[in-house]
Amino acid sequence: MNAPLPPYVGQPVKRREDFKFLTGKGRYVDDIKLPGMLYMAIARSPHAHAIIKNVDLGPARASPGVRLVLAGKDLDGRIGPIVPNWIIPGSRVPFRPVIAIDRVRFVGECVALVVAETLAQAYDAVDLIDVEYGVLPAVTDETAAIRDDAPQLHENVAGNVTTIYRVRGGDYAKAAQEADQVIQLRIANNRLIPTCMETRSVIAAPDPDDTLTVYMPSQVPHMHRRWIAETVGIPEHRLRVVAPDIGGGFGAKMHLYPEELLCPYLARELGVPVKWWESRSESHQSTSHGRAHTETIEVAIRNDGTILGMKVDTLGNVGAYLSNMATGGPTVNTVNFGTGNYKIANYEATSRIVVTNTVPVDAYRGYGRPEGAYIAERAIDAVARHLNIDQVEIRRKNFIQRTDFPYRPYGSMGTIYDTGNYDGLLEKALAAFDYEARCTEREALRRHGIYRGIGVAAYTHMCGMAPSRRLAMSGFDRGGWESARVAIDSSGRATVYSGSMSQGHGHVTSLSQIAADVLQIPIENIDVIQGDTRQVQAGHGTFNSRSMAVGGSSLHVCSQQIVAKAKKIAAGMLEVDEKDVAYSAGQFSVPGTDITPLSFAKVARMAYVGHKLPDGVAPGLDETVFYDPTGMSAPSGVHLAYVEVDPETGIVTILDYVAVDDVGTLINPMLAQGQIHGGVVQGIAQALYEEVSYDPDSGQLLTGSLLDYAVPRAEHVPNITSLFQETPSPTNPIGVKGIGESGSIAAPPCMVHAVLDALAPFGITHLDMPLTPPRIWAAVQRARNGANQ
Amino acid sequence: MSEVEKRHVVTLEINGVRRNAEVEPRKLLVHLIREDFGLTGTHVGCDTSQCGACTVELDGQAIKSCTVLAVMADGASITTIEGVSPVASRLDAVQTAFHEHHALQCGFCTPGMVMSVRQLLRDHPDANEDDIRHGIAGNICRCTGYHNIVRAVESLVAKD
Amino acid sequence: MIPSAFGYVRASSLANAIDLLRQDPEGTRLVAGGHTLIPTLKLRLASPALLVDIRGIADMRGISIDDKAIRIGALTTHAELLASQQLNDVFPIFRQTATRIADPQVRNRGTIGGSIANADPAADWPAVVIALNAELEIVGPTGSRRVPAKDFFVDIFTTVLEPAEVLAAIHLRRPTLGARFIYRKIRHPASGYAVVGVAVGLRMEDGLVAEMSIGVTGAASHAFSGDAATRFLMAKPLSHESIEEAAKLVSEATECLSDRYASAEYRASLVRTETKRALLSLAA
Repeated sequence: MNAPLPPYVGQPVKRREDFKFLTGKGRYVDDIKLPGMLYMAIARSPHAHAIIKNVDLGPARASPGVRLVLAGKDLDGRIGPIVPNWIIPGSRVPFRPVIAIDRVRFVGECVALVVAETLAQAYDAVDLIDVEYGVLPAVTDETAAIRDDAPQLHENVAGNVTTIYRVRGGDYAKAAQEADQVIQLRIANNRLIPTCMETRSVIAAPDPDDTLTVYMPSQVPHMHRRWIAETVGIPEHRLRVVAPDIGGGFGAKMHLYPEELLCPYLARELGVPVKWWESRSESHQSTSHGRAHTETIEVAIRNDGTILGMKVDTLGNVGAYLSNMATGGPTVNTVNFGTGNYKIANYEATSRIVVTNTVPVDAYRGYGRPEGAYIAERAIDAVARHLNIDQVEIRRKNFIQRTDFPYRPYGSMGTIYDTGNYDGLLEKALAAFDYEARCTEREALRRHGIYRGIGVAAYTHMCGMAPSRRLAMSGFDRGGWESARVAIDSSGRATVYSGSMSQGHGHVTSLSQIAADVLQIPIENIDVIQGDTRQVQAGHGTFNSRSMAVGGSSLHVCSQQIVAKAKKIAAGMLEVDEKDVAYSAGQFSVPGTDITPLSFAKVARMAYVGHKLPDGVAPGLDETVFYDPTGMSAPSGVHLAYVEVDPETGIVTILDYVAVDDVGTLINPMLAQGQIHGGVVQGIAQALYEEVSYDPDSGQLLTGSLLDYAVPRAEHVPNITSLFQETPSPTNPIGVKGIGESGSIAAPPCMVHAVLDALAPFGITHLDMPLTPPRIWAAVQRARNGANQ
Repeated sequence: MSEVEKRHVVTLEINGVRRNAEVEPRKLLVHLIREDFGLTGTHVGCDTSQCGACTVELDGQAIKSCTVLAVMADGASITTIEGVSPVASRLDAVQTAFHEHHALQCGFCTPGMVMSVRQLLRDHPDANEDDIRHGIAGNICRCTGYHNIVRAVESLVAKD
Repeated sequence: MIPSAFGYVRASSLANAIDLLRQDPEGTRLVAGGHTLIPTLKLRLASPALLVDIRGIADMRGISIDDKAIRIGALTTHAELLASQQLNDVFPIFRQTATRIADPQVRNRGTIGGSIANADPAADWPAVVIALNAELEIVGPTGSRRVPAKDFFVDIFTTVLEPAEVLAAIHLRRPTLGARFIYRKIRHPASGYAVVGVAVGLRMEDGLVAEMSIGVTGAASHAFSGDAATRFLMAKPLSHESIEEAAKLVSEATECLSDRYASAEYRASLVRTETKRALLSLAA
């Protein structure tokens, strides 16, 4: 392979980080072994809801190799409580101790900890911890939790509702009156387990200079540093968070968990490194879940398919306590986007945040946007089905038009879609899918008892929540900026320090593509550093598909500053006016003269020897930028799926999947497609396979391991055609929109629509995800029995 | 009758090097590889033999090293991801195909996936797409959606 | 992820293994492939005092085939059954079944003996050995005995094996000329186990059913034989109607399991559908 040549942006540059991963040299937290390191293990509640009557730690303390055993009351007042980072104004926040003190509220909640010399010894001692519980009635379902007679979880959360959030535009009541019909739907957004292949792990190690280093797979190292500092009581500058290679995050690794507080606390108490590693089954009950909504929807329509208005009621199940962003997901992130890609002037939505005796629910790939798109898309598909209008036609009819951008859905004050071309996406997708031919084939096969279906879904996402002052308005205790530092060495090579945090995204490649084009130096001459708060100046990390739009933009601006300063230095060296210096192909030249151009490397060397710098120019070539975007980018897309359903077994076979996504300027089409492939498969997983289930009476987690929680394997999913449309975003200097979450937003409604289309001959109009074979079979049985009556 | 010993000495060949270690019977092979031999390219991704992140070759066959006791590997010859390429500074054919086709993202499942693909190519040198998807069914990847892994393996089949 | 502590010995012979089992039947577990036992130990759902490694017992290894019968040692792995050309020349159902068990890595370690003796209600081999009219060779303190496969499975994880008995081998008679076998399986998407698996054997003579056998797994607390359907079809021609009726008889033969994933009604329907499809493909 020849090395790629500039310009790099837009090219499928092969990943620069692959070698270590392919040869087993990736370094994840569990690979780190420090001298004298002790191991922590956690005793977890076996009950969904119970009073802790007594905790007997004696036998565990006497177990071989055990150094320390603590229960919740031992830590009461010392560390904690855990507080959310995003609190929608008006929310009631329940008290969450790091370890349960007198009451447990979900299966898996920490009740005690052991520190021992080996992990095996720690596990052995955990088995000896004897907790006496007084079991209380539990509630796991959001609809059950808001009933008058439901068990109450927290004294300060009456009715189990922490937050009520409303958004509206236009006049829905009037629209409903003027409508020819109002149709209703009730949809469930199934609870998921993010399932990063690397589970969580934490090592806290005291350093001789009284700092504490915490190794953890964090999507947000600097935010974790602040949260741990504040919750454990460590001066923030004495805390170093290191996120080495991360085995997937998907949102689950950006919250604050008890173990991330316990290891730092214990390492300081014991003066030695303390490690915790999460087993997979433990992860199912200790790492945040995703989704878990129930929605009731009304759509006011005209008989020609015009949508006059829409009303949404959301119940967001957030588990037993408010995790980091729990109040924001089902509210701002979901119902603000309930009208999707459609012009629906009259909109009214209410979202209630409901606590239940389950694992806390928080961000998972798309957080709110998959739920919001599912509302909009299931609604418009239901309208099409109800009025017997083609699923493509109904979308064309109601799409926001290209000329409408920037577009404020339902006249919203806060939500602005920057750019888009939904018809363009649709036409490209239909062509790639060969829609007409597939429709013909579907009809022909139906006559032979073969049930095929076509699904369509469109979505609009919004990425890189910003600017910072807007976050303040919604109760978010963080900013919307990202930082970048570009340090040029005296040879003209660059080290980029980015506050973004790759978890497999390939930032070493994509960020260096951005920097290389501005700096006009070979990509090989750029190193990228992330994930160490002692090296990287500041940052927010990677989530909300923000890394290129915000992190990439900050790097772009920072690289421009480097060039600007280098130009000044070059002007001094060339003894010309700065404005006469041009920078092109890595050479500083004076156009229209025969002055010999200067290479970037020569200028860099001068910056550091400092022998001939213009007045007012300080030595060095090292810039840092904190970039706060003016707005958010709005990627969009149209996806199509083709499936066959066997009504006798309920088995769905996916025959084809086409994704056309508008992610603005493409930095690296190969990486972009990789994001689409992975996101689509996680979306297919939600639609067809994955669901967390709890026993509604006991509150026991029934999908406790990968033996019963069905993460798809290669044989469960199709090839994916991923195409792009590039409508650059005006909200950032590189025109980029986010991409990481697009697939998981579009695929669930797309798959559900395809299956419902296949089942249309049976008169089936609704099914809740996941569309498992038993569930589809049961629906077919009901339809057949109904037809026979 | 043999006496029940608390610790057992296991001797095995790992990536061509003869090693021994004293282990408790309950020690899993994956922990022997990672902790005693320091070969951390073999990962632990689950506890029910589903994910395949711990896949290594034991006497030439791909196995899940989290579901083998270290004592049961006594006398075996083991190849881990660290021993795949004959030249440590270069990628072998499977590794190269993964790189060329962007068949990895976070990299956590990758070592196990590579080991499974080696077995797949031995069993099905002319594998079609179904064979490939079936052949890597013991390895869960959460990032790539498998699409590019399948492309990478197809490229290896096509070359033969 | 880490089991409770246990002792470990390698059995020097089948007699040695039986002797160890006899001394502490409750606290002793045999281990060969370990693909059910080891995950159970890791989750600390079992904590035996002693594991007896039986992989070195020569009597329990290998596939031997003569002109009348076949003996498959209990220690034979799924991968070996898949790969054995000699065996699959006689019974292609072995390859067909083995490729549907778990995944390649598990097949390289897991054994047919473990699959049968553990009697997981959703394991595959139990259905197949029933349909093949296999006899299971059981060795215990007082000697050995043979039990027809269809009488071996008693309940969930329960067989006719006495505490100190070991399943040593599977015995098959060579099939009559013209007999054909098929295994159809609906896999659980997470575990890979059978939601329902149906193994069917069929031989037609002069357009009438001359021999037939059905083994079903996944559907009920243990694998069972579809005897009523076999009796019904015997000496009859295969028609859509007779196949329908036979499939119905199999699905009604027992009370089906119901769990979070699949209802009893669904399982019963799958038994019927898969039996029907199996018979249709054998009849074709």
